[in-house]
Amino acid sequence: MATQSGDALIYDHLRTPRGRGKANGSLHEVKPIDLVVGLLDELPRRNPTLDRKLIEDVVLGVVSPVGEQGADIARTAALAAGYPDTVAGVQLNRFCGSGLEAVNQAAARVGGGWEDLIVAGGVESMSRVPIGSDGGAWAQDPATALAVDFVPQGISADLIATLEGFSRERLDQYAAESHQRAAAAWDAGYFDASVVPVKDLNGLTILDRDETIRPGTSVESLAGLKPSFAAMGDQAGFDEVALEKYHWLERIEHVHHAGNSSGIVDGAALMLVGNREAGQRLGLTPRARILATAVSGAEPTIMLTGPAPAARKALAKAGLEVGDIDLFEINEAFAAVALRFIRDLDLDEDRVNVNGGAIAMGHPLGATGAMILGILLDELERRGLRRGLATLCIGGGMGVATIIERIGE
Amino acid sequence: MSGDHNERVGEGSQEVEEAVRYHLDDDGIVTLTLDDPTSSANTMTDRYQASMEAAVARLYADHEAAPDTIVGVVVASAKRTFFAGGNLKEMTLAGPDQAGEIFAQVERIKATLRRLETFPRPVVAAINGAALGGGFEIALACQHRVLVADPRVQVGLPESTLGLLPGGGGVTRVTRMLGLSTALMEVLLPGTRMRPEQALAAGLVDELVGSLDELIPAARAWLFAHRDDAEAAQQPWDRPGYRMPGGTPSSKALAAALPAFPALLRKQSKGAVYPAQRAILAVAVEGAATDFETASRIESRHLTKLICGQGSKNMIQAFFTDLQAIGSGALRPADQPRRQAQRVGILGAGMMGAGIAYSCARAGMEVVLKDVNLAAAERGCDYSAKVLDKAIARGSSTQESKAEHLARIHPTAEMADLAGCDLIIEAVFEDPALKAQVYAEVAPYLDADTLLCSNTSTLPITELAETVARPEEFIGLHFFSPVDKMPLVEIIVGRRTSPAALARAYDVVQQIKKTPIVVNDSRGFYTSRVIGTRVNEGMAILAEGMAPASLERAATQAGYPVGTLQLADELNLELLAKIGRANRTAGETAGVAWVEHPGERVVSAMLEAGRPGRLGGAGFYDYDEATSRRVGLWPGLGELFDRAQVQLPLADMADRLLFIEALETVKCFAEGVITSTAAANIGSIMGIGFPPMTGGAAQFVTGYIGADGSVGIEAFLRRADELAAAYGERFAPPPALRALGESGASLESLVP
Repeated sequence: MATQSGDALIYDHLRTPRGRGKANGSLHEVKPIDLVVGLLDELPRRNPTLDRKLIEDVVLGVVSPVGEQGADIARTAALAAGYPDTVAGVQLNRFCGSGLEAVNQAAARVGGGWEDLIVAGGVESMSRVPIGSDGGAWAQDPATALAVDFVPQGISADLIATLEGFSRERLDQYAAESHQRAAAAWDAGYFDASVVPVKDLNGLTILDRDETIRPGTSVESLAGLKPSFAAMGDQAGFDEVALEKYHWLERIEHVHHAGNSSGIVDGAALMLVGNREAGQRLGLTPRARILATAVSGAEPTIMLTGPAPAARKALAKAGLEVGDIDLFEINEAFAAVALRFIRDLDLDEDRVNVNGGAIAMGHPLGATGAMILGILLDELERRGLRRGLATLCIGGGMGVATIIERIGE
Repeated sequence: MSGDHNERVGEGSQEVEEAVRYHLDDDGIVTLTLDDPTSSANTMTDRYQASMEAAVARLYADHEAAPDTIVGVVVASAKRTFFAGGNLKEMTLAGPDQAGEIFAQVERIKATLRRLETFPRPVVAAINGAALGGGFEIALACQHRVLVADPRVQVGLPESTLGLLPGGGGVTRVTRMLGLSTALMEVLLPGTRMRPEQALAAGLVDELVGSLDELIPAARAWLFAHRDDAEAAQQPWDRPGYRMPGGTPSSKALAAALPAFPALLRKQSKGAVYPAQRAILAVAVEGAATDFETASRIESRHLTKLICGQGSKNMIQAFFTDLQAIGSGALRPADQPRRQAQRVGILGAGMMGAGIAYSCARAGMEVVLKDVNLAAAERGCDYSAKVLDKAIARGSSTQESKAEHLARIHPTAEMADLAGCDLIIEAVFEDPALKAQVYAEVAPYLDADTLLCSNTSTLPITELAETVARPEEFIGLHFFSPVDKMPLVEIIVGRRTSPAALARAYDVVQQIKKTPIVVNDSRGFYTSRVIGTRVNEGMAILAEGMAPASLERAATQAGYPVGTLQLADELNLELLAKIGRANRTAGETAGVAWVEHPGERVVSAMLEAGRPGRLGGAGFYDYDEATSRRVGLWPGLGELFDRAQVQLPLADMADRLLFIEALETVKCFAEGVITSTAAANIGSIMGIGFPPMTGGAAQFVTGYIGADGSVGIEAFLRRADELAAAYGERFAPPPALRALGESGASLESLVP
């Protein structure tokens, strides 16, 4: 029988730095299992009173759960990290929202009183298991693709920009800001407490800092980049698919490119979620309470507009208004996604992604949700603020959101 | 693909004759001769299936009795064609309730072919003539295909053009032969009918022979050459270690390209939905991921769905039944003798005259091309040269044939050179006075029975005929632009035009390999009148403040080849305004009060803005000054026509275009302007771009598929009533049509 339902609390979180998701990226030599094991090793090390036997499950988001990332990598990693046999593991996939979904599911299980302590997070080695490796009917089965009007995300991002009138320059300006904010945050040491360097078997550091940040990025430096989705839209026909639905547009402006879209990277993140009793028993101090979570569908062809409805739903569940939230994290899948979210919720840009985002640091698909929630918590603490909301757009037309409230002084 | 060769003689007699004859000769070759005793062509009848099943059973029995005897099998035909294909007439009778029977029937036909294909000795198809659809699928079940290299012979899988899919194993086998990408793009989706050389190049046949006499010997020679070749007795996909060319959907390279397939299909059709093409794509991809037997079964399921649906019935109506009826002279007075025209005179060497000259010369006629001066006439000849140069560049013509073609066209500025012509086609500017003048000028040079034709698109033939000496031998021949590409000619019968003149005009149109429709005289005839209603409706939609891009997409997603604004630009708004004024005057003269159409103010506003269309370099679209290419919609449209706060559903915009044309077609029947549904269907599709998947503007009414899946004229009436309630009385169906819905009679019964 479930114990009485109560709070789902965040006790700790940690992440790897993000490595360029290519063969020349620093983490390309590291297997995805090792990214997770490194963090699972570190978790009890920095929480010496944590008795791992009390961990009931490891929940990991993975978007391409095949090959090295297949066969329930969460359980495999728990075993490989030497966790007690009783620690179970499960892998889940809600596309780009997987990392946050893992935390939300852990929060629901803990908050609902069914379980006491869960490790949640995600992993993605995009350099080793490329996006799309798992196939799927959505894109690969013509009957399905025709029925649901499949287009790749980049077309959707360009569609948002076209509809909203976001110019190439506006998007590039946003992208440059992401790099500047991320670089400044690193330089000021804001990420230090939660980033765990990836080390080799000798203990030698392979990577200790997000690899794709370019502090000198400017609108001018991005101007030379070619649109990434023009050929996909034109030659592969996807613009036409989108325009069948958005028929009042004459064409889609292809304004996104490698520099104003999220980086392809490798990385992992974990978050320790438990109830109050588990923390008390283990002598751990809770850092934040998970106030509300939500998922929402959105129109699947424009696809990436789900964060606003998900955020509004989470706010409503928490009984809060937009103005009650101090800081926001919106995953920078594409610059237009962040700008559209800011416009949808009428936000002040100074309260959104204050330490940069995935345009600068990359988007390791299955892990990102847990990463940005952790970054949000650290920043709330640093600024002495109270509430934050993290959200991601999701393939297939979905959004996921989580609202946390800091506990403490 | 035939449905008219299955009339059975001697029905009811006890004796059952085989449609497939079995013969084992002394050399150990079994010949299966396709020869339906009840018809002039082989089709997939029950008799065929029973005979083929028995023949294949006997093949196995003979082989088991004496395993060393049979060397191989030749599949041949005793008809002029190899095999005409599926039984389309039977298919058009099947509804969703017959799905079980149709599926079983399809599976049975395929099981027999699969058994033939997996016979332990090689099988050769000796293709002596046309093998299309099901006929070609029989050949595909053979390990080797020999085809006679007669350029008149066509082979291929045209099912998609009839709203069907090659479900006799065609999708499954061609995909395995050529790989998914090539099979889909070059064979299955376009439904291309191929000449022997093309079929060989595409890999659909293996060997060509120069003459019929060489066919069977070549087939036998291949069998003897592969007497002990176990591999030759197997299709590539049945051999161990077979890999599909280009990979299967799970292979990396193909998986990366696969998501673009459905998107490209949508792009190619500009968003119009052709269910058969979508089914072919699904069947090919899903089948490629499975074993042959499973793939074949998936194919049968989708074919069953298409056969039982209304969509294939609509396309079969237009592209098989109606086309065949017109081709065999259904619209021509039957009692008139057939005539061949040798020499044609063309008055006016402009765009239309030059195009008509090209088409006539191509058909082998001597052409006298007359204009006011020799230079203008020679420019008309240059048009042919240009078209032929392009054909040579494509490899579809030669310098010799160009020279012969051009030698048949004689440019001139002298009326006297028109003496001795079988017919004259006048193609001067659309001005009754000018036309009357050239008729008078040419009159002295006409023979006693020279047929005089006017290529007018709007002027009433009866009125033009008033100025000529022999109005009974005066007729309208409405060609479409560009003449060398457009397949239709609308023949307009004036009040005094004789049946003999109509028959001659019909023969000439067929002689130049175009498709005739016959209509009675009226302002705008059939096609111009109907397309005019679409243009006006589009203008009205724009006037209501709908997004111009939405209006254009509504048309292309409905299946029209181009958007309505683009069409208006091509037609030219000055011309539209002129026709509008002429209609008004004609109406008022006849005592009919003029009611302004809501689209008219769009035309006048555009003309005031100095944007008459493509010819003027500015219309609804902007045009590049140097290349005159369409650049994009004119941004000024937003200022000229206020955007409505509430935009209409796209489906309503599309239906307004379709229904206004269909309803005008109904009126044309009721007024006796058009009298044949075949003419309305083919005329609307080939002449004015009515969406092909509907089966044409008449079939759209009687075979209408409602949004809720209901089918037929009642469903059409319900939707028309909805449109009338929302958008105006012009969508109200005429009472006579309502009566028709109840009686179930053809639109032809509306003709007075």
